[in-house]
Amino acid sequence: MPEFALTGLAFLVFTLDLFLPERSKEWLAGLSVLGLIGVGAIALLMLPGRNVELYGGLLAVDGFGLFFKVFFLAIGIGIIAIALEYGKARLQHRGEFYGLLLFSILGMNLMAMSRELLTAYIALELLSFSLYVLVAYGLREARSNEAGIKYIIIGALSSAVMLYGLSNIYAALGTTYFSGIAAALSSPATDNPVLWVGLALLIVGLGFKLSAVPFHMWAPDAYEGAPLPVTAYLAIGSKAAAFALTLRLLAEAVAPAGDRWADWQLVIAVLSAVTMLVGNLVALAQSNLKRLMAYSSIGHVGYTLAGIAVLGDDFALAAKAVIFYLVVYAITNLIVFAGLASYYNSTGKDNIADLAGLADRQPFTAAVLAIGLFSLAGLPIFAGFTAKFYLFAAVADGGFLWLAGVAIFSSLVSLYYYLQVLRQIYIEPAAPESGTEGDAAAEHGGGHHDAEPEQDSLPVPMLPRPSITLSATMGVGVLAVIWLGIYPAPLLAVIEFASSAILPMG
Amino acid sequence: MLLVLFAIRREQEELAKRVTFIVTLIPLLIAVFLFINYDRSDSGHQFEENMMWIKAFNIHYHVGIDGLSVTLVLLTALLGPICVLASWKIEKGIKAYLALFLLLETGMIGFFCALDMFLFYVFFELTLLPMYFLIGVWGGPRREYAAIKFFLYTLFGSVLMLIAMIAVYLKGDTFDIPTLIELAKTPGHALAERTFQIWAFLGFFIGFAVKVPIFPFHTWLPDAHVEAPTAISVILAGILLKMGTYGLVRVNFAMLPEGMDFFCNGEGRWGNSLAILGFINIVYGSLCALAQTDFKKLVAYSSIGHMGFVLIGLAARNESGLTGAILQMFNHGVISAMLFLLVGVVYDRAHHREINGFGGLGSKMPIYTGITTLAFMASLGLPGLSGFVGEALSLLGAYSKFKVLTILSTAGIVIGAAYFLWTLQRVFLGELNPKYEAITEINGREIATLVPLGILTIVLGIWPSIAIDMFREAVSILPLVQ
Repeated sequence: MPEFALTGLAFLVFTLDLFLPERSKEWLAGLSVLGLIGVGAIALLMLPGRNVELYGGLLAVDGFGLFFKVFFLAIGIGIIAIALEYGKARLQHRGEFYGLLLFSILGMNLMAMSRELLTAYIALELLSFSLYVLVAYGLREARSNEAGIKYIIIGALSSAVMLYGLSNIYAALGTTYFSGIAAALSSPATDNPVLWVGLALLIVGLGFKLSAVPFHMWAPDAYEGAPLPVTAYLAIGSKAAAFALTLRLLAEAVAPAGDRWADWQLVIAVLSAVTMLVGNLVALAQSNLKRLMAYSSIGHVGYTLAGIAVLGDDFALAAKAVIFYLVVYAITNLIVFAGLASYYNSTGKDNIADLAGLADRQPFTAAVLAIGLFSLAGLPIFAGFTAKFYLFAAVADGGFLWLAGVAIFSSLVSLYYYLQVLRQIYIEPAAPESGTEGDAAAEHGGGHHDAEPEQDSLPVPMLPRPSITLSATMGVGVLAVIWLGIYPAPLLAVIEFASSAILPMG
Repeated sequence: MLLVLFAIRREQEELAKRVTFIVTLIPLLIAVFLFINYDRSDSGHQFEENMMWIKAFNIHYHVGIDGLSVTLVLLTALLGPICVLASWKIEKGIKAYLALFLLLETGMIGFFCALDMFLFYVFFELTLLPMYFLIGVWGGPRREYAAIKFFLYTLFGSVLMLIAMIAVYLKGDTFDIPTLIELAKTPGHALAERTFQIWAFLGFFIGFAVKVPIFPFHTWLPDAHVEAPTAISVILAGILLKMGTYGLVRVNFAMLPEGMDFFCNGEGRWGNSLAILGFINIVYGSLCALAQTDFKKLVAYSSIGHMGFVLIGLAARNESGLTGAILQMFNHGVISAMLFLLVGVVYDRAHHREINGFGGLGSKMPIYTGITTLAFMASLGLPGLSGFVGEALSLLGAYSKFKVLTILSTAGIVIGAAYFLWTLQRVFLGELNPKYEAITEINGREIATLVPLGILTIVLGIWPSIAIDMFREAVSILPLVQ
């Protein structure tokens, strides 16, 4: 099974890390990538069409799991691509970095496959523990350590809350299998305050992981402090995995329970609305790029939650919309973070104002960032619009037109802060300052700001081109964003296959 | 027939400009072909293409033209090469500029041809992106402010439109515009229900109102026009504003007749709304223009005024009103293009647009003065030039429905004459301002951009049937109320 291969790979990376000298650690990255591709190949060869349960119903091997497996592996490859140059310059113990990444991918895979609450919890913990360490990986940076500690404490708290919720559900229903929960919820006899508490706490715990409001407080600090590739991973990977888990959980365990579900739908809808609004409104005030991306991803979590709120047994469109949105969100964020990483690698700066004049200094990166941000804002021809449209139409169709309205307005608000970044890139002139890291064109005049009024006459320091891996990632990502925006049909067909595994009325 | 123009990879700057110019001639040629081959007697859609696009929502790539579209496609195709010529002097980043411009033109032509609501919306939004960059990077001193204001304002409107669109889709189960129009007329269908139509009408209306612009959503226009480079102002005034009014006719009028009726039938609390708004546009726009000292801002406000005529003709919902409105759309596109190009001429030479800062330019630039006089006269509605026909027909149509408002609106024409003639006097007549002893006459390239427009203005003023014939039939199948 692919998970065994993945575990083996992770251990292999860790072992080799013990032996390889410092400068050869990048081989481990290459090994990880190849390994991930290999695992993906195994999965695609072995699994399509299979629909079995393992370990007596703890894990499911089905289309949904397969889709997310491949998805997470791809995310892993993308993150390694971003981390390559960054790690070489700034991280110690890089071998373990890649190993931890592999373990977290393993955790994500299991989360997508679990059909039972405790298995889900264990998988979630596997992912979280890897992330706790990864966030604190910038050993010499105070911010990174601080972020790591905050994340650990809040993460542990949320895990505890979730576990308590799980135990309450077990106490009320007598089972922790999703199918069992569905059956138990359908029968009115189980209407029990303990059950309500359990479900509520479960949602709270998941809310923490998803950084939904009001459980999002850890996100901005963790995103800002963590090393850039880890921030990207937090934004993309952990959210996608948490959503996969939530999707399966709700679709298999709760949604079949009909009117019980209807009550909770409203709760999730309200949660989603609050998340969108808070995420997007607070983002307006940010000046640090990573914090901005944190709040932006909180906003996106809000939109996705809206889609989750309308899940239903006879309404699988929402599931497809959510999955499509997750894929598009992942790709778009990947290119944005790749662009940011390329910029950070050359200059070491991560404030919005530092991006000034990027269009002149590094047009390729600027263009990639522009496309990524416009897609996140939901402008047509980019995949972000198609995904948002799909999602909001599904939400409206599911009976929550007001929620779709709130979502659309939040999108509008989000455009403003994305435009702020773009304004810096394209419209503000580049600051005529002294040498950026790795900058070849030295500034005349010894690095002091010139007193000349005409800024155009000063040489604009060109940034070096991004590395091959970053350029490739960005190039492929941009093509994907535009392709999916115009012709999403192939991806939608694959998603259909995935969602029909959890919601039979495809 | 949709023309897809994609930005081409280019190497050298001069080559880029020439290549783009030739590329923009292609849609013009196709448009002329359309003009010749268009069947005037057919009221339906011609040259249609219809392919399945996104199956889950029944979205098709459905494009086609009818009388209304073909007029505006012609206008866009005509302004394409003209604007490229007008952009010849742009210095920095000409490749990116031209690429964005082509993208913009794609969006505009696509918008007029789209027959599927989703496609319609996509193209509507598609034009925003290039405009933001074109204004924000190549514009004047306050360009960032103007660009962001334009973008957010218009996006706000289109967001409301999106909600209305989704609501319509939910009721009608399709995105296909002709189908939706049919469904909206079927009595008893959910789409035909009056209350729903009123709300949907509002959603779409605000979306288009920002674009037209209709008071009170017009505040983005003066800033955007003043800060945009000349060619972009031309496109903005010439085409983008018409996107709003086209939407009003295509969606609000054709698809939501009950909603339109509620706001235009002269009865009840809201029955005069559209007409009142049209009137405000005309008079308020003209009064603001009168107060301006910046040449470009003056023309911008006069645009707001002219769009008021379109609106009031539309509000009348009868044949002459609609014909006047659509004709005014086309004519205003041509005339305001001329006006902005003319402002660009003098700005290129003097590097400012203060009307009071000029004086007596007529003695040094006689040809320029002549062309400007032509444009001014056309814009204020001198009979014999195209501006008159559109305005007259609109007011004629509106008179039978909204007597008082129409009479009051004619004040707008007088005010228009006032500010144009006054500007003419301040800029061209009288003593030559010694600062401009050495000012150069209008050059060949600039004349080349103006002459086609001037010819159109004169021809359509004398023989408007050429244009009216194109959309007569399309108008006749609209839900007119005589």
